[in-house]
Amino acid sequence: MEMALPGDPAQEGGGVSARPIYRFNGGVHPPEHKLESSGTPVVPGPLPAQLVLPLRQSIGNAAKPLVAVGERVLKGQSIAAADGSVSAALHAPTSGTVTAIEDRLVAHPSGLAETCIVIDSDGRDEWEARTRFDWRAAHDAGDGRAIRDYLRDMGVVGLGGAVFPSHLKLAGRDALDTLIINGAECEPYITCDDRLMRERAADLVAGIRIVRQLLNAREVLIGIEDNKPEAAAALRAAIDGADIEVAVVPTLYPSGGAKQLIKLLTNIEVPSGVRSTDLGVQCFNVATVYTIYRALEHAEPVISRIVTLTGNVARPGNVEALIGTPLSDLMAFAGEQTGTREHIYGGPMMGFALPGLTAGLTKAGNCIIATTPAAFPDKGREMPCIRCGECASACPAELQPMDLYWFSRSREFGRAQERNLFDCIECGACAYVCPSSIQLVDYYRFAKSEIWAAEASKKAADKARERHEFKQFREEREKREKAERLAARQAAAAKPATTADAAAAADDAEAKAAKIKAAMARAAERKAAGETGDTQATDAMDAEKRAKIAAAMEKAAARKAHLESLQGGEAPVAEAMDKAKAEKIRAAMEAAAQRKAARDAAKADTPAQAGEADAASTAMDDAKAAKIRAAMEAAAQRKAHRESLQAAVPVAEAAPAASALDPEKAERIRAAMQKRDEEKARLAAMSPEERAALDAERQARIDAAKARAAAKKESEQ
Amino acid sequence: MITSPFLTKPTPLQLVMTKVLLALLPGIAVYVYVFGAGILIQLLLATLTALGVEAACLKLRNFPIKPFITDGSAIVTAWLLALSLPPLAPWWMIVLATAIAIGLAKHLYGGLGQNTFNPAMVGFAVMMVSFPAQMSRWAAPQAELGAAGQLAFIFTGHLAVPFDAIASATPLDTVKTTILQHGGIGELFAAPLFHAGQLGAGWLPSMMGWIALAYLAGGLWLYASKIIPWQTPVAFIASLAALSGVLHLVDPARFTSPLFHLFSGAAMLGAFFIITDPVSGPTTPRGRLIYGALIGVLVYVIRVFGGYPDGVAFAVLIMNLAAPFIDQYTQPKVFGRKGKAA
Repeated sequence: MEMALPGDPAQEGGGVSARPIYRFNGGVHPPEHKLESSGTPVVPGPLPAQLVLPLRQSIGNAAKPLVAVGERVLKGQSIAAADGSVSAALHAPTSGTVTAIEDRLVAHPSGLAETCIVIDSDGRDEWEARTRFDWRAAHDAGDGRAIRDYLRDMGVVGLGGAVFPSHLKLAGRDALDTLIINGAECEPYITCDDRLMRERAADLVAGIRIVRQLLNAREVLIGIEDNKPEAAAALRAAIDGADIEVAVVPTLYPSGGAKQLIKLLTNIEVPSGVRSTDLGVQCFNVATVYTIYRALEHAEPVISRIVTLTGNVARPGNVEALIGTPLSDLMAFAGEQTGTREHIYGGPMMGFALPGLTAGLTKAGNCIIATTPAAFPDKGREMPCIRCGECASACPAELQPMDLYWFSRSREFGRAQERNLFDCIECGACAYVCPSSIQLVDYYRFAKSEIWAAEASKKAADKARERHEFKQFREEREKREKAERLAARQAAAAKPATTADAAAAADDAEAKAAKIKAAMARAAERKAAGETGDTQATDAMDAEKRAKIAAAMEKAAARKAHLESLQGGEAPVAEAMDKAKAEKIRAAMEAAAQRKAARDAAKADTPAQAGEADAASTAMDDAKAAKIRAAMEAAAQRKAHRESLQAAVPVAEAAPAASALDPEKAERIRAAMQKRDEEKARLAAMSPEERAALDAERQARIDAAKARAAAKKESEQ
Repeated sequence: MITSPFLTKPTPLQLVMTKVLLALLPGIAVYVYVFGAGILIQLLLATLTALGVEAACLKLRNFPIKPFITDGSAIVTAWLLALSLPPLAPWWMIVLATAIAIGLAKHLYGGLGQNTFNPAMVGFAVMMVSFPAQMSRWAAPQAELGAAGQLAFIFTGHLAVPFDAIASATPLDTVKTTILQHGGIGELFAAPLFHAGQLGAGWLPSMMGWIALAYLAGGLWLYASKIIPWQTPVAFIASLAALSGVLHLVDPARFTSPLFHLFSGAAMLGAFFIITDPVSGPTTPRGRLIYGALIGVLVYVIRVFGGYPDGVAFAVLIMNLAAPFIDQYTQPKVFGRKGKAA
């Protein structure tokens, strides 16, 4: 497929260029419809009574208004400043008064309103005083930043349609291999770049030389499709030198896509997500280069652009219109005829139907087509995909559009992404050739927006989780500090006591330390089990623990029920009869519980036993209850975690996924376990009131965690 | 219409299907010359059945009937089936086969574009398995039986002469049984069945070779019209020729020549009209090469070592199963990512 086709000398006006052209895959050749509008010179547009200037004129952030309602502005005055680096300034296209800064309909497929600055023109078209920026001095001083900032403040953005702020493309490397000037203009109907190249070739070449200097480019190529021989000839005449080469490429949509043109001229394929500068190539649209020239040499901000008005109009052609000119004024200017069905903003392959003509012209607006049913017949009914593969043959990104369609349609967005959905440039070649008339690009747009939405909500959830975790951490730190202060106060109070007391305290401390050690050992064991991925073992452990807890709870419930039945006015006879017996049973149970607690304590705390030999059984019970509570909490946490894991991976893969936790998660779990063990140790040292308060809080936290896990599961299903 | 692109290339589905049908016409014409007008009756029966069943299924599925019934896909299925069944098969066979193809293999799977298996081949395979005797009763080329006689036979089963007088096994069948009985081909090719008629072209293995040649011509036209890709037919023909060629060189007495294999049975019809069905085959260029080549291998294996005289239907159905896997593992690298590992 990488066939080098020598350019056809006949089409190159004298065979100046023998540059090989490297074909890209696919492409289509729809009827061009350029002759309607390409025959007449660019004419100045109308001076409208009112201009509607959307603040969003580029990729990135909308500009921030600098003017207030009622303020008088002069032509060329900056009325909104760039907001951050990915943004560009906006200027008053004529003199007049700001009458509103409000939401107005803008040229966007959504039909939504966005903030616009509305200027009522005073008809005087009075320029602001301008001073030329000495960009050469700045360049010689190595101050590229000043030049870039200047261009940003002059509102220079890509006028090919993508409106990417141009100053960003001038940043970076010391030198560039190839600077490509994009004059391909591959979309049908559009001829604004063609006319610009024909009529303003000298200024354009001056601009190209400036950009070349700014980028320190080794070679410069102007790519033009072979259906614009006049433009190529005009540029060749204006170049008058060997530093810039005009390269004629075959007419094949989308050769004007930056990536496709770079491929055609250099055989370099720029993957999605990679800046072409990193591969030594940069691409600028001819109209953008022209505005760079006007800004740097004439101190003119971007306040107008050439726009093709064509289709169902009496005078199709190109108009140099002020940015903000209501589109209805432009269509009236071109003599729109009756019978128009809709208006396409941009080309017929990648443009969109305008929601209304009250919107103002934007810097992106290279073409407005008034359509009629005759020129744009309804597409046939969307039929099923028969996987004929026509779309794949037409796809310049070499994707398999029928698979992307299938995945998007069945909402398998992950698989669509795997098959490089985001390499799609939405050129529409696939939908153009589809025999089943499937609006394929709509499906890709849908899938992309769904993926973006999912990523955004995931980010938001992550942020919320982080905030919550930090809150937990902070609360615990505060409690710990409080406990430490309490312990310090107690220690201070205990100081004057007898040596025996001191010894007891020391014993106590020792016992506590031992308990902590044991707890840590247990935690380590658990961790080890978890790390070896022995989920069965953990499950077994969990089951055992759960069973124990359940048994304990049952026992407690039974005891309580029994006690209630004893106290709660059963038959008096039974009461009298059973009272003694119940007393006995209770004693026996209590004794058993004590024995069990002692056993448990002995198991875990053997070294501590000597020191606690005379400790009250109630204390022991408390310790045990705390342990159970901790175990329950741990179990709940583990369960929540398991559930979240199961939700994250398909059920069949749950087991291996559990062992293959990503390290970050594992780290988090380890930290949580450690925190829990610390907590447990601290619990033993707390008063019952404190503990009760803590329990309530912990329960709340567990509930929150459960809710979170459930929510996650739901969102992932 | 709100979203781009606003233009479409006028190549609707109907045109694709119409071109496929047109490409079959030369083959049908030669078929009539070789076997008589009976095939036209079969084609008509198949078409009517296909449209009827298609309409009924669309109605049951609450689909609009008109846009789907006019897409032409059902007629393509019907014609492929009619051209695969014996020309003088009783009327109910083609009706049943078509009903199975459209009803079971197509609509039960979700209709156009959704079927895992090639519908015509499902219909054929069901008939092959269910009615092996009827499926192997072919008339001899240019049997002395007029159009009226054929019509009567197809609908009533009555024949002025005993069927044996006009019946004949296909060349593939004959070769198979001869080799089974005698262990070799022997003087078999001297038999009249293996003469291509008075039209010359002695290299054609039989009269039916002329039909295959006409299919080849139609197929090349389809390729030139960009309706079918080159990979599937080329890979299929190459693998069938290579495999039969190698074994023919090893033992010519037991293994017939590549020409015999390519111009007998459903090989050419399959190469350009059956295995090129995009719905049930892979879509990637490399995948199509693999798919076509493996069908070629399976056809040869079934013909030579299997229980059936021809193997196109079964080979296609088996490879239909594998198509999604082939696609999965032959994804082409996309623009800008060719340097990196997949």
